[in-house]
Amino acid sequence: MTSINPNSMTDDYNFAYLDEQTKRMIRRGLLKAIAIPGYQVPFASREMPMPYGWGTGGVQVTSACLTPDDTIKVIDQGADDTTNAVSIRQFFEKTALVNTTTDTEAASLIQTRHRIPEHDLSEGQILVYQVPIPEPLRFLEPRERETRKMHALSEYGLMHVKLYEDIAHHGHIATSYAYPVKVEERYVMDPSPIPKFDNPKMANCPALQLFGAGREQRLYAIPPYCNVVSLDFEDYPFTRLKADTICALCAANDSYLDEVIIDDSGTRMYVCSDTHYCEDRQSKGHTGTANSLDDPDNVDRPISNKGGDNAASV
Amino acid sequence: MQPLFEARGISKSYGSIIGCSDVNLTLYPGEVIGIVGESGSGKSTLLNCLSAQIIPDNGEVLFRSPSHGDVNILQLTEANQRYLARTEWAYVHQNPRDGLRMSVSAGGNIGERLMNIGNRHYGNIRDTAEDWMERVELNVGRIDHRPSTFSGGMQQRLQIARNLVTGPRLIFMDEPTGGLDVSVQARLLDLLRSLVQKLSLSVIIVTHDLAVVRMLADKMVVMQRGNVVETGLADQVLDDPQHPYTQLLVSSILRV
Repeated sequence: MTSINPNSMTDDYNFAYLDEQTKRMIRRGLLKAIAIPGYQVPFASREMPMPYGWGTGGVQVTSACLTPDDTIKVIDQGADDTTNAVSIRQFFEKTALVNTTTDTEAASLIQTRHRIPEHDLSEGQILVYQVPIPEPLRFLEPRERETRKMHALSEYGLMHVKLYEDIAHHGHIATSYAYPVKVEERYVMDPSPIPKFDNPKMANCPALQLFGAGREQRLYAIPPYCNVVSLDFEDYPFTRLKADTICALCAANDSYLDEVIIDDSGTRMYVCSDTHYCEDRQSKGHTGTANSLDDPDNVDRPISNKGGDNAASV
Repeated sequence: MQPLFEARGISKSYGSIIGCSDVNLTLYPGEVIGIVGESGSGKSTLLNCLSAQIIPDNGEVLFRSPSHGDVNILQLTEANQRYLARTEWAYVHQNPRDGLRMSVSAGGNIGERLMNIGNRHYGNIRDTAEDWMERVELNVGRIDHRPSTFSGGMQQRLQIARNLVTGPRLIFMDEPTGGLDVSVQARLLDLLRSLVQKLSLSVIIVTHDLAVVRMLADKMVVMQRGNVVETGLADQVLDDPQHPYTQLLVSSILRV
């Protein structure tokens, strides 16, 4: 506790809100999680000054990992400017006095809800996920005692029963988020509700990925350069999924798109869900149909889609 | 011929209450043993001991496993016990809701054991599920329906299909016809008998219904207050019961 630089302490809170004992407890849990990739480590989750579901698990992990020299970025569904992201960013601005950024490359720690940034992560970065339900088998086997046993004995056939049901009812694997993965050929893990488009980014990632579930009191992790495989069938292989169009603002064709309904007649516009990626591209001169300067008519007439199902595998 | 399954000196008590005491049982391949007795006579306790769902106080359970060789079930690791239980063994519950996943389609229920042992080809799993739906006389068109939409008899047949799909050698059944009406019972017994013959299954079946024993079992074991009071060939015991309790049991069959 004496090692903390007094200049980084606010008058009202210990550095990064949590007391040092709690942070130490969380770090011990995180070390275990990193040592056993994909394994859910129980921890004594604390009451945080925000409701469950707002990222209390992620906030505690971030708090335990922060140093005064860190620069943090907080995203919610890829966006830096939504309520959840802004409030958590301000929380750490106030309680840890750390620098914040929206720039994926400049951040040393990124807390995320439901997305992995489009920009490649690098060594030394930490990506903290907010996790609502850490147990991938929860809705198939409600008994926690049984699911723990199944993890311990690597009995994961049940996970495929879910995928089987998808194919039987929808003709394809319809699970599009929180898509189960197997880490280092051992533990099946719920990657939190990220779109399955992001699943391949978890594999062999140079950054450290930490997962915190506050209400469920679980920590888990994917250390850098891990083998992460999305579960599938031999005759129904895993596919990524994104809207089959390009971003209306920056014309990116490789990023995950949000569908935004912009008027009462159902006109839609597809934009990058990763706001920093989109702004970065726009500042480099990429323009989409919605903000093309060459064609001012387009400004008020975003791309519309009447085709119905726009999802396509890529 | 060597026995497939052998239980020696199985005893289990719950405090001062005796569940079963010093039970010996030998089962040869293709043989069906019926365990009968009134409620509370220790039938289910014995069945749970034999299938390693509860650990008896004394005794050993030997099983000639194709994959593990001759093993004492009670000394296997839990991982191996569970592996055996879902590959070479099957357990048919009295209430199909205990043995089925009610929120998963019929096909998924049948396919679960296949996926558990590493089958990862959807088409193959589906084909096998359809095949087994037919074998237990279920309408293949209902493969994607949930078991909760099935009748009791259909659920029981689905449970049997789900259990037999991995080709187990040994099947435990706990009152498989309990709670079904008489005509459905008869149909289920017919199905069971033909499956047992076709697949030369070894079965240990617990029931209080002597008709089930007469129809299915080769040998029978009569239990009273946790003790085996009479054993022998099923027809022999039923036609010429020696023990007073067995005589009472046989004489209390209603004849219409």
